[in-house]
Amino acid sequence: MGVERIGATFAAREKEGRKALIVYLCAGDPSLEVTAAAVEELAAAGVDIIELGVPFSDPVADGPVIQAASTRALAGGTNLRKILDLVKDLRSRVSLPLVLMSYYNPLLQYGLAALAADLAAAGVDGLIVPDLPLEESAPLREKLAAVKLAAIPLVAPTTPAERLQQIAAAAQGFIYCVSLTGVTGARESLPPGIAAYLARVRETTDLPLGVGFGISHPEQARLLAPLCDGIIVGSAIVRELHEGGLPAAVKLVQNLRQAI
Amino acid sequence: MALPDSRGHFGPYGGRFVPETLMPALSEIEKAYREAREDPSFQRELKYYLEQYAGRPTPLYFAANLTRHLGGARIYLKREDLNHTGSHKLNNALGQALLARRMGKKRLIAETGAGQHGVATATVAALLGMECEIYMGEEDTRRQALNVFRMELLGARVIPVAAGSRTLKDAVNEALRDWVTNVRTTYYLIGSVVGPHPYPMMVRDFQAVIGEETRQQVLEASGRLPDHLIACVGGGSNAMGIFYPFIQDTGVKLWGAEAAGRGLNTGRHAASLTAGKPGVFQGAYSYIVQDENGQIKPVYSLSAGLDYPGVGPEHSYLKDSGRATYVAITDAEALEAFQLLSRTEGIIPALESAHAVALAMKVAPGLSQEEIIVVNLSGRGDKDVQQVEAVLQEGGKNHGC
Repeated sequence: MGVERIGATFAAREKEGRKALIVYLCAGDPSLEVTAAAVEELAAAGVDIIELGVPFSDPVADGPVIQAASTRALAGGTNLRKILDLVKDLRSRVSLPLVLMSYYNPLLQYGLAALAADLAAAGVDGLIVPDLPLEESAPLREKLAAVKLAAIPLVAPTTPAERLQQIAAAAQGFIYCVSLTGVTGARESLPPGIAAYLARVRETTDLPLGVGFGISHPEQARLLAPLCDGIIVGSAIVRELHEGGLPAAVKLVQNLRQAI
Repeated sequence: MALPDSRGHFGPYGGRFVPETLMPALSEIEKAYREAREDPSFQRELKYYLEQYAGRPTPLYFAANLTRHLGGARIYLKREDLNHTGSHKLNNALGQALLARRMGKKRLIAETGAGQHGVATATVAALLGMECEIYMGEEDTRRQALNVFRMELLGARVIPVAAGSRTLKDAVNEALRDWVTNVRTTYYLIGSVVGPHPYPMMVRDFQAVIGEETRQQVLEASGRLPDHLIACVGGGSNAMGIFYPFIQDTGVKLWGAEAAGRGLNTGRHAASLTAGKPGVFQGAYSYIVQDENGQIKPVYSLSAGLDYPGVGPEHSYLKDSGRATYVAITDAEALEAFQLLSRTEGIIPALESAHAVALAMKVAPGLSQEEIIVVNLSGRGDKDVQQVEAVLQEGGKNHGC
């Protein structure tokens, strides 16, 4: 459970000489039923970890694809409570790590004390909060630590060395390396300087490194794989699911899986 | 103790809630600002532009006719509407643009609601020869078409934002996304005392010139401090600017006028302090208009500059501590004040500032003639005349008249 399950997943892939494939879904886009089906089918297609996005009205770290998905999910009445019910229901059928990705305010309004207990009870393994930097994250990290859930931090190409060390010291599960300066969304090429940046992060921690933002093609994933432990794909999957339905999303996952 | 603390907190409020990519940039701005604040050459240059370019100090005008009409306290108007570009926004835009130049940044971005901050930013960009892009909600570009043209005339590019409610908050989101992408070359010139630390502190400091002048002017005019300061509050920069130099003077009562829109009970308002609750939004912990799931709710005000679901964290602190009192003013009350000030004093206020005048209309009649009220007249109303004409022609029936 929690930190352990995430660690075991990365360890298993490493043993096979492969990388973890991490996929983001916007929970409730187009409905929670479809999200549930997507989790099961994508897991069967070879995804190692799924990030379930909690939709937010003002997602400042996200590009147009996830913004639109969040708007659709909110219009359908999705909220954190319903997403926890969904995870609870899925847990009897899937064993891969499930982490939530949420902006801070929906968590704060839920109540941090109740949140940690409810996440653990539902079977969530960790939490990624894109607008909660290290300096403000202690209250949430303490609550998550008490139930052995992973507080997964983000680092960016702009993060200086000393700060990388502080973030890594407080991290659990894996480190989410934002590949570029920018918001989420598919890009055609890899950002310049990515190898040196990931090498810098690698020096500061023994935790697995997941790389995300801008990755949409299997070829990008293949090129990045030697530099990290996991590849995170969000907008591209959300777009496939929206435009081509579940079969299209499964196909992209299969192609990504083969690449890494 | 001086607020904010070293991590940008005003009591529980404020802080830095932004994507990691921006954290080093915020530290860099804070460091540069703290150095500039202590640097006499920076202060000298800012003072030069405030005096010779913006036209400061702005007058503190005794509104004899309005005072007589309301029949209570003596009302003074701090004439920020006479600042170059027509509002207090230039004070902050000048300060931050000089800071950006000192930091070697060549590109300015900003959000704007009514267009006043956008115009101020486009103006300083023209003055200092910097590239400038302004994010503005599509709905606001329609409401404030004249200001869009002004910004373009000044050489800025105006980018309409079609996301979300297409107003000020969406313009801030889009500006933040631009900044995350171009953080190495770009300075984000935030227009109010909102956002992550150090903006609420820095914008307050640049606007505090309003309160410093007011203090000196009211002492010269009447030999004592005022009893009441009244300002409108959207994000709250003109209010913090006039309040701040008086915070320690507990005999001076501080009043903020928020936008009640069509009425607090209609759900169509923008009153974060009187009808919202604390949460994290656009970089800081403060009062916000939100639903039970923590989603930001649509807000509404006739005034594009007050149409914002958040408020500066220092105002949240002043509210909780009881140091300041916040009152929500409806569209109808603001429209009445807009007309009253025009007729009694020959001064057409901005719709934002009309909210402060409306609050003065409530407060003044109950006070003795010995008491002194200073209303911060944060901007002039030329930009609003067309919109007000349209509303008055339809009989104001949708605005609770």
